[in-house]
Amino acid sequence: MTAKEIIKPENLVYTKTKVMTDVPMHYCPGCSHGVIHKLIAEAIEEMGIQEKTIGVAPVGCSVFAYNYLDVDFQEAAHGRAPAVATAIKRLQPDKCVFTYQGDGDLAAIGTAETIHTCNRGENIVIFFINNAIYGMTGGQMAPTTLEGMKTSTCPYGRNTDIYGFPLKISDLLAELDGTCYVTRQSVHKVGNIVKAKKAIKKALQNSMDGKGTSVVEFVSSCNSGWKMSPHKANLWMEENMFAKYPLGDLKDTEKKHYGQ
Amino acid sequence: MKVMEEIKLMKGNEAIAHAAIRCGCDGYFGYPITPQSEVMETLMQEKPWETTGMVVLQAESEVAAINMVYGGAGCGKKVLTSSSSPGVSLKQEGISYIACAELPCLIVNVMRGGPGLGTIQPSQADYFQAVKGGGHGDYKLIVLAPSSVQEMADFTVLALDLAFKYNTPSMLLADGIVGQMMEKVVLPPFVPRRTEEEIRQQCPWATTGKVNRKSNVITSLALQAEEMEETNLRLQRKYAQIVENEVRFEEVQCDDADYILVAFGSCARVGEKVVELARNEGIKLGLLRPITLWPFPTKEIQRLAKQVKGFMSLELSAGQMVEDVRLAVNGTVPVEFYGRQGGVVPLAEETLAALKEKLVK
Repeated sequence: MTAKEIIKPENLVYTKTKVMTDVPMHYCPGCSHGVIHKLIAEAIEEMGIQEKTIGVAPVGCSVFAYNYLDVDFQEAAHGRAPAVATAIKRLQPDKCVFTYQGDGDLAAIGTAETIHTCNRGENIVIFFINNAIYGMTGGQMAPTTLEGMKTSTCPYGRNTDIYGFPLKISDLLAELDGTCYVTRQSVHKVGNIVKAKKAIKKALQNSMDGKGTSVVEFVSSCNSGWKMSPHKANLWMEENMFAKYPLGDLKDTEKKHYGQ
Repeated sequence: MKVMEEIKLMKGNEAIAHAAIRCGCDGYFGYPITPQSEVMETLMQEKPWETTGMVVLQAESEVAAINMVYGGAGCGKKVLTSSSSPGVSLKQEGISYIACAELPCLIVNVMRGGPGLGTIQPSQADYFQAVKGGGHGDYKLIVLAPSSVQEMADFTVLALDLAFKYNTPSMLLADGIVGQMMEKVVLPPFVPRRTEEEIRQQCPWATTGKVNRKSNVITSLALQAEEMEETNLRLQRKYAQIVENEVRFEEVQCDDADYILVAFGSCARVGEKVVELARNEGIKLGLLRPITLWPFPTKEIQRLAKQVKGFMSLELSAGQMVEDVRLAVNGTVPVEFYGRQGGVVPLAEETLAALKEKLVK
């Protein structure tokens, strides 16, 4: 087969989604953000909702998510993305609204907004990237940092007597009447990537259908923050992170209550 | 044929709620705090989501409420929040983001005595916070100070109009008296909420969905210093325009005055009585009432400074606006201060006594 034949449209097996821009990513090699961005972008394109989708970016490594995902975006203050998304969706109910948040943003500084947005059953999607560390500020302890895990603010390991316990926030959110779908995924292997994309599409569809709040947690690696090679980080994640944060659906149901 | 005006009796806080519905607001987000809870209570009672389609939401905190305002304003919607002093302190981070992202919205502060949890009685001690920035970074709010229930309604409409004119947050800086007292009010006429198409036209920058255009991003972030400096310079150019165009004030018997009392909000109501008492004693006192606290009527004070023997600022604080009067007067004539703090309201008689002791010697 000649080069000319290879590039014929009928031989095309993969192309980058148009919902991703061509801006070079600032994420570290081995980081999960790039894969998750791509899956969200593909889901938006395949569902035909690019014109209807509004994202809310967090503070943290993914603060520049709006540079890579080609949809309307608002950049929220640290932890406040669910409040920002609440207003966007309430004021534009025909839109598909999602937040994209890290563990510090969602489960530390923004805990109140996260819980109350989920409890009101706002028809939004929360994409939650849990890598158990503050990546952007240089590797400090996160609420989800594992017991014994070393970070720059728990350099001798997370001692629960001093630092408290890793927060399983998604389990907590699954208990709330306002959430319709809470799932924990990962993107470190092809099989997981396929499952994660299905979860993303389901969550976005829930937002469009007005079923309540969907939370998709991605247990992720931060090889730079963890000071490991990308491969080693994935192995460590499988062994340690999945033990504390097991993959799978935590909740999949119609919401019970929704007001105004 | 002239349509009969409908005159109603209500609290200042209630007037804000009715004015918001009538001027086509799209959303209100708030958290209860005395002495302004009637704003949200009235909105919930009125159920505007069934009539105009306006969204009213009780947030989990003042922090969440101001960030909901950010989200709504970022969609080009006409949105507001209201609170009182401690709650407005909590909103400051969000207000700074809104100012930097250049989003139009209204923040109402019905001030109570501070610092700390303070008291629920009226105060004007958030003047500095309102007019000097309040949150982090170099920014300004358009600050309107109503002194009657009528102005609570009128300035709600005006503040939102100004916010959209300049794409900047505006603030209604009222105090507990103006919020709680009942007076006659003529509510503004009903204006329909803008359609989606009208919002797209008026706010082409808003996150209304990427339809036949590049994607819109609402952000206050610029990692490059030069880029952030450009944002700051743009804001300062805008603020210079506002100073040029939007100064508002009212004068009472200033034409022949030897002395000027400067007061805003409920203090201006006391001030009118002080002018009357002073004139009865042969003291030619006038009242300057700044309506916009920022931009401040600096030029008018400078003009008056050429004809009068002195100024006295009357405030429900330890003396905050008096600093801006002094900056305007720049040492040419004496500028004195009288005020009560912590929720206490000065009487006209004690204010006149202070004026005589400090200024009219």
